Amino acid sequence: MSVLLIAEHNNKEVKPFTLNAISAASQINEDVHVLVIGSNSEDVAKSISEIPNVKKIIHVNNSIYENYLAENYTSVIFKISESYSHIVCSANTFGKNLMPRVAALLDVSQVSDITKVISEDTFQRPIYAGNAFATVKSNDKIKCVTIRPTSFDPAPTSGGSAEIQNSDAGEATEISKFIKKEEIKSDRPELGTARIVVSGGRGMQSGENFKLITAVADKLNAAIGASRAAVDAGYITNDHQVGQTGKVVVPDLYIAVGISGAIQHLAGMKESKVIVAINKDGEAPIFSVADYGLEADLFEALPKFLEELNKLNTIQK
Amino acid sequence: MKILVAVKRVIDYNVQIRVKEDNSGIVTDNVKMSTNPPDDNAIEEAVKIKEAGKASEVVAVSVGEEKAQETLRKALAVGADRGILVKVDGAIEPLAVSKILQKIVEKEKPDLVFMGKQAIDDDCNQTGQMLAALLNWPQATFASKIQVKEKSLEVTREIDEGLETIEVSVPAIVTCDLRLNEPRYASLPNIMKAKKKPVEQINASDLGVDTKPRIEQIKVEEPPKRKAGIKVASVEELVQKLKNEAKVI
Repeated sequence: MSVLLIAEHNNKEVKPFTLNAISAASQINEDVHVLVIGSNSEDVAKSISEIPNVKKIIHVNNSIYENYLAENYTSVIFKISESYSHIVCSANTFGKNLMPRVAALLDVSQVSDITKVISEDTFQRPIYAGNAFATVKSNDKIKCVTIRPTSFDPAPTSGGSAEIQNSDAGEATEISKFIKKEEIKSDRPELGTARIVVSGGRGMQSGENFKLITAVADKLNAAIGASRAAVDAGYITNDHQVGQTGKVVVPDLYIAVGISGAIQHLAGMKESKVIVAINKDGEAPIFSVADYGLEADLFEALPKFLEELNKLNTIQK
Repeated sequence: MKILVAVKRVIDYNVQIRVKEDNSGIVTDNVKMSTNPPDDNAIEEAVKIKEAGKASEVVAVSVGEEKAQETLRKALAVGADRGILVKVDGAIEPLAVSKILQKIVEKEKPDLVFMGKQAIDDDCNQTGQMLAALLNWPQATFASKIQVKEKSLEVTREIDEGLETIEVSVPAIVTCDLRLNEPRYASLPNIMKAKKKPVEQINASDLGVDTKPRIEQIKVEEPPKRKAGIKVASVEELVQKLKNEAKVI
């Protein structure tokens, strides 16, 4: 049997996390089919057909799918689910919203947010904000699985030529309606995929002071993160939040500034390759996960840090 | 309008959990328990809607062991009118919880069902969406703003790219994000009053729902430990280490 992967896209481009999910899907079974549900989404289907891991695209193209609604997607997935042993997608807000709706209709107990594929039916997933890892075996006939994108490398995007099969639309839902999307546009790398993340916490003391973070992030071409405390205090918007209830990031370098290191924040960043903590409280829990800890007043350390970065001849981008 | 709010009793979010020595699960004996944090937001929102005169009754429901009564009492202390405890022993998966809630919805006939977007113990993030599917109701997940209209809700959702607004017809399921509101604290007089509010007890087995886990938990392990880091004495040293030792800048 094959794996059906549900693609996330904006009708023009496939979203990066779908590429990570495709990698995980091919670890489950090499026969990966991708379902593209969209409107005027030919370019998306075409680009996915070039991914070598993908064996077939099922393309459902209809104006009712201009905007993603879980209710609309579910009816399409449900119709074709019988031919598959696994239904998978990325465990971000797209997939978290969608997959349980599909699983319940199929009477399947979903396996959420897997970080490792052990076999076709056995997976590893974090529980308690990543403070423990459970190895679980699904005994359902069809397995519904969501994939933590940052735990898998993105699939290569060229060299393949999968067949694109067009398929019929489902019924348009009448119980839910898209109104608007407010995307936060930025020239910076996206938080979820950035190589370097610089994050501020409650220690920043104000939204205005985040300009110190911004200056360092500009210099390092980094994304800007924040702790829940900083978001709740109104220093910065929620799309920057790193943690159990925010985003999970795994950059090469994570710099935590004025962040004490609550369990729920650590859950979102402690898999980062190199962690730096700058905090004036030497006892702060963030130091327990930091590779390099600097016990200092951030209002002195950050400008100095920028000054030292400016002295370097080269900085990796 | 009647609002049903589902609340879960979980290990308190400030507790550093411990894995059992035989790798069979997490130590829960003598550990502080409390309401799953976003479930507090769900209760708060329902109570606020009632206070605004847009809902007539707020019913809190919890699926779990006997002690989940404490979680219900807390919901009652902040404004829920009555509680329903569906008793079940041992681990229960979101699919079974959503089937139990479906039965409760059929009995109580609420117009809205609220709950937190995710429980912080199993981190599954499934129950609300599953319940919506079983009832064929619309779902508004990760809500950070809810506007009650005549026969619908306008809900702003927290998504990866920013915010999204959708309109769902009533009846509907809403799963709540932490930024939806600021949950109130229960006052002592209200805690006393909550003790007198009714809590109905039902056995899950009497609802005809199979609660046997479908997923086998093979083992639970601690995450790999990070190797101990070092403290640097100055910003200069930090930059040098990042450049020459870690080679990340």
